[in-house]
Amino acid sequence: MLINVAETVVADALRGMAAAHPELTVDVENRVIVRRDAPFAGKVGLVSGGGSGHEPLHGGFVGRGMLAAACPGEVFTSPVPDQMVRAAAAVDSGAGVLFVVKNYTGDVLNFDMAVELAEDEGVQIAKVLVDDDVAVTDSLYTAGRRGTGATLFVEKIAGAAAEEGAPLERVEAIARRVNASSRSFGVALSACTTPAKGGPTFDLPPGELELGVGIHGEPGRERRAMMTSREIADFAVDAVLEDLEPTSPVLLLVNGMGATPLLELYGFNAEVHRVLAERRVPVARTLVGNYVTSLDMAGCSVTLCQADEELLRLWDAPVNTPALRWGC
Amino acid sequence: MLDAAFFRRWMTATASAVDREAARLTDLDSAIGDADHGANLQRGFTAVTAVLENEAPDTPGAVLALAGRQLISTVGGASGPLYGTLLRRTGKALGDRAEVSREELATALGEGAAAVAQLGGAVAGDKTMLDALLPAVEALGESFAAAGAAAEAGALATVPLQARKGRASYLGERSIGHQDPGATSSALLIGALQEAAA
Repeated sequence: MLINVAETVVADALRGMAAAHPELTVDVENRVIVRRDAPFAGKVGLVSGGGSGHEPLHGGFVGRGMLAAACPGEVFTSPVPDQMVRAAAAVDSGAGVLFVVKNYTGDVLNFDMAVELAEDEGVQIAKVLVDDDVAVTDSLYTAGRRGTGATLFVEKIAGAAAEEGAPLERVEAIARRVNASSRSFGVALSACTTPAKGGPTFDLPPGELELGVGIHGEPGRERRAMMTSREIADFAVDAVLEDLEPTSPVLLLVNGMGATPLLELYGFNAEVHRVLAERRVPVARTLVGNYVTSLDMAGCSVTLCQADEELLRLWDAPVNTPALRWGC
Repeated sequence: MLDAAFFRRWMTATASAVDREAARLTDLDSAIGDADHGANLQRGFTAVTAVLENEAPDTPGAVLALAGRQLISTVGGASGPLYGTLLRRTGKALGDRAEVSREELATALGEGAAAVAQLGGAVAGDKTMLDALLPAVEALGESFAAAGAAAEAGALATVPLQARKGRASYLGERSIGHQDPGATSSALLIGALQEAAA
């Protein structure tokens, strides 16, 4: 691994981020990344956060038209409430703050505590949970569906609404609509390595893949012998379409888990488009790249979001962040 | 009777136990979670030991409340809020008395465990830290040794259970056959309590 010691991995990355992005204020000690020009009078601030190891999520999405601040936790560990309270105070203009929270037990508990503390400090907070991963059955007997690729859609689209000056309840409603219209399915071709463990976090023999994997390497639905890109696309898209029947063109995210080359991701994207065409699902926009990663895991995920005209317009709106930039 | 010094010993003994067993906790967590439980609790209890040394709270309730707040501020993940709430609520239930009895601690710890159950939405048998804590609370009315043994047995008894809460729940039936890391660390916490009383 390209590190010094496991204990300083997150702090080291934040120092590097500060060096690369003078347009962001990176508080290494308190672990908060904030737009240097925040807050904006009359505008809602979007704040997200989660365990590190999913870069560019979330810090790479801080900037114009997306997040106002991000709170990175330890690797695969949710941030602590103090970070979110600090971020909320830094970006609140009086118009309120929307927390974007991926549905994992730790993130939910810490953000819930942060909501209480920030409201005590007089900041108006709304919260939206992202839970798009169809590999997990949403039932009383699990922690519910996990938040994965749709987080990017929620942060981009709700961020654009906030940038336009929409009030908090409107930004929150849009964020909820994006989440409700999005579904994802992920596949791992290899396990990931956390710095603390120094070895693979789960055992996936070469020549096998994990279908329905989570972004922390959580096992999914089943393990099979290696499949071709074409077969994986069929499986992943059909898994998503079992749960989402788009009646309008979709936004498509073909996401890499961290160690899969773009050459392979683009090849996979061709297969995803082929199967979507076969299923008569028109694609409005496509994004291909490593956006919601799982350290050095090889693999990919497919996220579809059924987009109406408003969501599409907000998706196309200018964005200027370290990892996502267009229209400006 | 148990005074503030006893409670500080309990926290220090927990920190040592977590240090000693960190690799084991992480191994258990990599089987059904995400391989960070040992490191997270180590970071938290190291910070607890430091803040207790700096601020030297002088009642049992204040020791646990401060320890709980420190865990919430330093651990993250699910274990930060859950362990933090356990200690904070137990401390709150002890009030500001200078000394408390073992029976009073048992009652207070029961309130702490109930707060954990509410926060996490879990019940006994969901393969969580409660499976070690609840039997320990029950047995603490009898003796410290009984509580330690009950927590240990409770942690072992999570092996055949299917996880219904937290990250291990994503595994469904595949979580069966593994000991729950949270129940295991809870047994360390109760074991440290027994150690502090010895």
